[in-house]
Amino acid sequence: MLSRVADSLYWMSRYLERAEHTTRLLDVNLNLMLDESSSGADHRWQRMVAALGRPAGAAWEDDPYKLSHTLTFDTANRISVLSCIIAARENARHVREQISTEMWHRLNSLYLAVTRPEMHSDMHAEALLSGGQEPGEFLQSVMEAVHQFQGVTDSTMSHGEGWHFIQVGRYIERASATAMLLEAYHHDLWKHPERIPEGNEYLEYMGLLRSATAFEAYCKVYTADLTPERILEFLLLDENFPHSLRFSIESLVSALDAIQRESGKSRTENLTRLAGRLQASLRYSSVEEILRGDVVGYLQDILRECRDIHCAIYELYIDYSIQTALAG
Amino acid sequence: MGTLQTSQFKMPALQNYLLDNAYDEMFASPEALHPHYQLLLNHFTSLPHTELQRRKQAADLSFLNQGITFTVYGREEGTERIFPYDLLPRVITAQEWATVERGLTQRITALNLFLRDIYHEGRILADGIVPREVVYSCKQFRRQMVGLQVPRNIYIAVTGTDLIRLENGEFVVLEDNLRVPSGVSYMLTNRRVMKRIFPQLFRSYNVRPIEQYTQLLLGTLRSLAPEGRPEPNIVLLTPGVFNSAYYEHAYLARQMGIELVEGRDLVTHDNVVYMRTTSGLRRVDVIYRRVDDDFIDPLAFRGDSILGVSGLFNAYRAGNVTLANAFGTGVADDKALYAYVPDIIKYYLSEEPVLKNVETFLCAREKDRKHVLANLDKFVVKAVGESGGYGMLVGPQSTAAQREEFARRIEADPRNYIGQPTISFSRAPCMFDDQLEPRHVDLRPYVLYGDKVSIVPGGLTRVALRKGSLVVNSSQGGGSKDTWVLS
Repeated sequence: MLSRVADSLYWMSRYLERAEHTTRLLDVNLNLMLDESSSGADHRWQRMVAALGRPAGAAWEDDPYKLSHTLTFDTANRISVLSCIIAARENARHVREQISTEMWHRLNSLYLAVTRPEMHSDMHAEALLSGGQEPGEFLQSVMEAVHQFQGVTDSTMSHGEGWHFIQVGRYIERASATAMLLEAYHHDLWKHPERIPEGNEYLEYMGLLRSATAFEAYCKVYTADLTPERILEFLLLDENFPHSLRFSIESLVSALDAIQRESGKSRTENLTRLAGRLQASLRYSSVEEILRGDVVGYLQDILRECRDIHCAIYELYIDYSIQTALAG
Repeated sequence: MGTLQTSQFKMPALQNYLLDNAYDEMFASPEALHPHYQLLLNHFTSLPHTELQRRKQAADLSFLNQGITFTVYGREEGTERIFPYDLLPRVITAQEWATVERGLTQRITALNLFLRDIYHEGRILADGIVPREVVYSCKQFRRQMVGLQVPRNIYIAVTGTDLIRLENGEFVVLEDNLRVPSGVSYMLTNRRVMKRIFPQLFRSYNVRPIEQYTQLLLGTLRSLAPEGRPEPNIVLLTPGVFNSAYYEHAYLARQMGIELVEGRDLVTHDNVVYMRTTSGLRRVDVIYRRVDDDFIDPLAFRGDSILGVSGLFNAYRAGNVTLANAFGTGVADDKALYAYVPDIIKYYLSEEPVLKNVETFLCAREKDRKHVLANLDKFVVKAVGESGGYGMLVGPQSTAAQREEFARRIEADPRNYIGQPTISFSRAPCMFDDQLEPRHVDLRPYVLYGDKVSIVPGGLTRVALRKGSLVVNSSQGGGSKDTWVLS
């Protein structure tokens, strides 16, 4: 497979995952806002901005709708949902021949729906977000479209090298996003739990779980009895839940293995080592151990390792130097 | 153009079918149909209106779903458009086709010998058949190609030559496209759609197949591989998604099962071209390039090009990679050189040209220029280096201001312009609602040249869908038709 094609598939997938994640955080927080005093709002929105990696140009300025608008519709801002969808579609267009027609149709209609001219009208956008009767209907529709795209991808595209690069993009993005989300919540939930206003714990816990689509799955395992330790354990170490870090990294590793088999590439030691070490750490850690240590440091290590894996993938499959390639 | 008012046609479907002095593909005269159109007319008139509509819609949907689009430049939104087409096929008899095939084979053979000659000994120039300045002043002449040996001496692996029919029904050559001719994917998809929409009619006609085109193209490319590369890696090089013919590039690559690459996918090292894959560098032996000379290697040609591959030309020089078509073939489709093609055929093959040229006046010649300037309202004037219907004046349909503008341009740079008398080329029946109306058509057959010359029977019939228009280019509002060559 051409390196450029692998690159485009990888980013198409990452951007869509990112769009879905941002959309969900907004949806969850716009919803929580309705149940909370305005005094807590400041803090919660700042935490959301941190969970998104403090993107430039999207600082909290005491106006939830302005922030939501920036994060959703501002195409001058590269991290906005719209920018992500446009970038995903552009990547798909460059490899139109490599993806199934169904995938293209699903992604293209999402793109056409969100880039309608009226989307550029602030009033319209605000109405979609704060909306008449059904706040977040727009956000819901974006999330649904991304889910559909993933479903269509899995059932209409050959599960060969290209599909595996799509998995790699999805799971590396998801792992990083979940790690950043936990890091942003760490202060309130694990370090200074006493700072949560009395009676609001449940909302906070639920907000975190819902930010990772994990509320229902958590309840199936631990019942609706929400505790910070169990939440951390679930989002970090659960073996079966698709947004947990462990699940994401295991999926990433198996996609990388498949790519290595298909491409017959040698010299994969570095990438195998990086991914395997992260996988082992999540597989064999216990939540007590992690909580006894430096949780933020642990999460930051994961983020750094994800970045290293990304670079190793590039070095190995996409942006390698001609000299190494000729020597290998 | 005198229009013959016709109420001769009693059939309701032909109420608007007016014959004029242009050759009509369907009617020899108001009283007589060309026999090979009889079945088509019967079929068309026997189908109820709703049935025709249904088939038209089915075809529309088929084109839409396949995403058969081309890109219109210069607009920000809505740049991808469906290629317009007409549901009625154009029918060419076996006899007519035999002449076309013979003529094109002869022409392409001679033009290839001409390219070989001007980049080596230059006999034809020394003998004064073609003036040196016509060749050397051509922007498409590539000095870098002088003395360079190309595999099998084949410069033009793929040609799309535009033919038109004169008033007497004779096919003549309007122009040769020897650089990166496009449109063949429309020929192939038109056929596929037509077979689905009109299966019975198709069967009753004994149409010769064209599906083998992509296989022939692959074979042609393979036959041009550098020495010692028995299992050559062949790729199609595209400028990318923004190119107007991107759909076609992707289509052909997929049909041939070869990689579709962009310049940034290729690297050169030690004069060998590689493509960058996830399993490392893979050597590339043959490049079917759909990128113009100017843009293909920023080191050798335009430094500002980001479409090409640095060092490609050196690898090519070293004989490590084949380009189809070769560099510098554009000198032979220069519109000023066109006037000399009949002499070129006679010179190399000692034969009379089977297909004639359209009478052409070179503005570089003083006598011709005076004639063109004096008759601008009757002439078609073309800039020699342009294609796609750009840089053109259609005299009879022009305004005085446009003619003045062109006169100025011709005076300023006579070498750059040719004039041809306006020809009312042939018209074929097209479907408009439940009526038939004639529209001007040309024909672009695709000629492949590897081991031998092969031409699939047919080609792309382009239609000037606007009433009275003589411009068939897709970028200028033209459409297309399936072309049936009978066996």
